[in-house]
Amino acid sequence: MTDLTRLTAVETAAAIASRETSAVDVAQAHLDRIAAVDGAVHAFLHVDAEGALAQAARVDAGEVTGPLAGVPLALKDVIVTKGVPTTVGSRILEGWRPPYDATVTERLRAAGIVVLGKTNMDEFAMGSSTEHSAYGPTRNPWDLTRIPGGSGGGSAAALAAYEAPLAVGTDTGGSIRQPASVTGTVGVKPTYGGVSRYGLVAFSSSLDQAGPCARTVLDAALLHEAMAGHDPRDSTSIDAPVPPVVAAARKADVAGLRVGVVKELSGEGYETGVQERFDEAVALLQELGATVTEVSCPHFAYALPAYYLIAPSEASSNLARFDSVRYGQRVGDDGVHSLEEVMSITRAAGFGAEVKRRIVLGTYALSSGYYDAYYGQAQKVRTLITRDFTAAFESVDVLVSPASPGVAFPLGAKLDDPLAMYRQDLATIPSNLYGGPAMSVPAGLSEGLPVGLQVMAPVQRDDLLYLVGGAFEAARPFASTPLTWEHA
Amino acid sequence: MPEITREEVAHLARLSRLALDDHELDGLAAQLDVILGAVAQISEATDTADVPPTTHAVPVENVHRPDVVTPSLPREDVLAGAPAAEDGRFRVPRILDEE
Repeated sequence: MTDLTRLTAVETAAAIASRETSAVDVAQAHLDRIAAVDGAVHAFLHVDAEGALAQAARVDAGEVTGPLAGVPLALKDVIVTKGVPTTVGSRILEGWRPPYDATVTERLRAAGIVVLGKTNMDEFAMGSSTEHSAYGPTRNPWDLTRIPGGSGGGSAAALAAYEAPLAVGTDTGGSIRQPASVTGTVGVKPTYGGVSRYGLVAFSSSLDQAGPCARTVLDAALLHEAMAGHDPRDSTSIDAPVPPVVAAARKADVAGLRVGVVKELSGEGYETGVQERFDEAVALLQELGATVTEVSCPHFAYALPAYYLIAPSEASSNLARFDSVRYGQRVGDDGVHSLEEVMSITRAAGFGAEVKRRIVLGTYALSSGYYDAYYGQAQKVRTLITRDFTAAFESVDVLVSPASPGVAFPLGAKLDDPLAMYRQDLATIPSNLYGGPAMSVPAGLSEGLPVGLQVMAPVQRDDLLYLVGGAFEAARPFASTPLTWEHA
Repeated sequence: MPEITREEVAHLARLSRLALDDHELDGLAAQLDVILGAVAQISEATDTADVPPTTHAVPVENVHRPDVVTPSLPREDVLAGAPAAEDGRFRVPRILDEE
């Protein structure tokens, strides 16, 4: 009998639609899989078996139909779910059950997708290893002693461990793409504004973007289409048709496409094995008919400092809402401490070290006397980075680079060195600052661990990512997770 | 430019409503010094004089909706998630000093 957890989302939906299997059986197979392996992987913070089986039953009853009806999904715990715990990986929201659904959650349900549960993440999506989760780290299914990337390590690990065929992540500086890169999965950050942020717990509002994660390019495209589109409840939502991502993934052809290799996203800071796989990937795209040129984006050198000023600044403001009044934890309310003291005690107890670091850093960058030199200058550099992209896209259709400078590193290796952790986002940050879409697709292994190829496209040309990713996958099918620990 | 003092970090923590202990303040002062040293590299981008700042990746205009009353979340659903509620309202600790 087929193992239902090994199917792609497309295969799963077809098997359910043809009554070869049922959505309830598919959901149960994944819940069993989670019960069997998640003790070792820890991809999930909360499993909603009851909700998943109820939604699957609705699909089996024919109440919901669609190209992904009955397909299970792992939802990053930064997206709110009515009545289902949402912690954002933080103690401060422990026990909170949101009173409403995010637009993304609503759209998944309307598409007949079965949400299995909420996945682990770095607290408030701040991190590149999922080690900053208040609930303990997620482990990489390729090697349980290593990190699964972050902040969306839970979503990526759930895919690689066959706990779900689809997942949703959010990407502020690489939190979808870097986990995809180090777990050998596909992750896409859509154009900023392409997917509604309504109900996405804000980290850095001008950069945050939710997107699809999957094991194949076509599966990601179908999920992209199900999530994306204008939402009047998000004032930054783009009021225009969703780019034809599914058609592009099916077309999967790069003949005649102009591909630019970004000079600044290589060399120092990139592991040799990663660079080798990347060079091979570029050669393959050329064999498939793409024309390849080198492109210079000089201001990308300042992307990392610009990001680590803009994102913490916005975070310091956004996280002010965790004030122990409206939701989450309250600590120190003993009748003696004043409201302001209770807020300060609660926030000190409820936030982890990385979140505190970024709140204080952001408060500093925004304070009078430093504003122009830090935050103001970072916003100007952001303009220059956008101009680099715009200039590059005059001569090429897409840009490529390694998605992550290295393969998955051992747990704990960078925990005491914030700067080393921040450098994980070297290649992914520019697209967030610019707002354009970007994807990581598996590009082979280095030292037995996955390497990701990043494809970046102009704003609202998300379809180009799928054209390239699809062609690349067809020519060089992605490796399956070996899961040696499971069979040992 | 950096070199952030422990007093400055304590002040920022107060502004951020974070009751950090001495150990945390010491650690944070040292870490912020290193991080600020790295992000100060932003000042090396010298061609920014006439560059307008980007506040948002895509051009945003104010979005308006018709000024009509629409249903909002039920009060009890919202208060159910609060740490403390009383008489249909959020309950907070005292705001004024007793002096």
